[in-house]
Amino acid sequence: MDNESPKHGKLWLWLDERVGLSDFAKLAKKKEVPLHRHTFWYYFGGMTLFLFGIQVGTGILLLLYYRPSAGEAFESIQFIMTEVQFGWLVRSIHSWSANLMILAMFIHLFSALLHHAYRRPREMTWLSGGGLLGLSLGFGFTGYLLPWNELAFFATRVGTEIPGVLPVIGPFMRRLLRGGNDVTGATLTRFYGIHVAILPAIVTIVLGLHLFLVQKHGMSRPPSVEGGAEGKRSMPFFPNFFLRDLVGWLCALGVLAALAAYFPAELGKKADLFQPAPIGIKPEWYFMAMFQTLKILPSHILGIEGELLGVLGFGLLGAILIAMPFLDRGRALGKTSSRFATGFGLLLIVYAITLTYLGYTMSPTK
Amino acid sequence: MANEETSFAVDNGRRKFLNWFLGTSAGAFLISVTYPLSRYLIPPEIEESTAGTVTLSIKPNDVKANSGQIFRFGSQPAILIKDTNGELKAFSAVCTHLACIVQYRSDINQIWCACHNGHFDLNGRNVEGPPPKPLEQYVVNVRADQIVVNKRG
Repeated sequence: MDNESPKHGKLWLWLDERVGLSDFAKLAKKKEVPLHRHTFWYYFGGMTLFLFGIQVGTGILLLLYYRPSAGEAFESIQFIMTEVQFGWLVRSIHSWSANLMILAMFIHLFSALLHHAYRRPREMTWLSGGGLLGLSLGFGFTGYLLPWNELAFFATRVGTEIPGVLPVIGPFMRRLLRGGNDVTGATLTRFYGIHVAILPAIVTIVLGLHLFLVQKHGMSRPPSVEGGAEGKRSMPFFPNFFLRDLVGWLCALGVLAALAAYFPAELGKKADLFQPAPIGIKPEWYFMAMFQTLKILPSHILGIEGELLGVLGFGLLGAILIAMPFLDRGRALGKTSSRFATGFGLLLIVYAITLTYLGYTMSPTK
Repeated sequence: MANEETSFAVDNGRRKFLNWFLGTSAGAFLISVTYPLSRYLIPPEIEESTAGTVTLSIKPNDVKANSGQIFRFGSQPAILIKDTNGELKAFSAVCTHLACIVQYRSDINQIWCACHNGHFDLNGRNVEGPPPKPLEQYVVNVRADQIVVNKRG
């Protein structure tokens, strides 16, 4: 500690004695980021974290005016959008940042998948990441209902009906999610509680674990660059990589501000529990592939109801994705890349893009 | 050590008892916390209106031919349709696919769900798209100047 004293002021020394700042400094000094042709993809984890921070900040601000009841929710958001100074900005950033966060998370997920970052000893990092993806989709789904508009109402009716098609546990799951047999004000209150308290509490724990494991194991070097000339090069995390991270975050903030200013979040029409679903109804883009699949599936396939088969199919794909560290035996066999994991990842990307494209381009009335 | 060896059997019995005691206490504590918690999370049953009949506020002559509208049947949405022949029909408006609320499309004379493009004919049969079952049909009676809708059976 003494050798550092010329560099630091009195405040640092005072704090160091009490909090142990030099331990953090040592930790930061030790952290290295592998440098190779795929280093670019490392930025998306930090980007997701940054956008999550934006969500927490803007979410807290929205809480100050939002009222979670069927009679007041829509009106309170109308109030935020029209009366509260910069209310439109805060809500629009919250809405856009949510979308960008999911996008960054998907990029992070697929880059980790295609670079086989889940392999030993990072299985738990992968699993906790999978958990965070599920939690984020939960955030997206519950947050979507909170404006209590037409789209939100039907999206929630459909979304909570999906686990309802499962045999035996389905009806119970649906009731538990909806807080009753139908989507009503009780569902809104329940989703609010899940969105602002239950999910944040769980995310804090899982995110803590995920970040701890990233620190513990360091960033994964893809097998394809492990052996070659690039295999050893690295860059200090602090300040070199961190400053690059910051540049990325600053760009993201600029994009967010522009999106929020030019395309402010819409509110639509207030939910009416006795009106037909509006023509051209769509979910958020990240549920579009699933939505379109359910639209295309016929009523019965080999005697089984189409939607049940669809829901089971999504479950199976999710399970394979999460279980990838244990299914991918390529490394155990001494191969640098696993055809199974790569094939599965690419297939999933192609499938999601195709179905999402169809979802946005197919005529809503045919 | 020798002492302990001789009293091993007694100690073991005492330890076993303590472990069992602590284990069951911990278990009982866990149950006494999780049981009320899980019961709390399950929403209470609220009595739903099981009324088998509803009288609509709209008059039969005010309903245009080749049109449909949603009405409340208890706590559920239902749809009243007057077909091109002027006959009144009523169905549950909850799509049998994923529970969206259906609408009448006068351009194709069918009941249609905007969510996943499900089609039903004017007997409620699922004729196109993903819905796996027909819509529940209700009985429509016109009494004097009133439309009365009944559940079947």
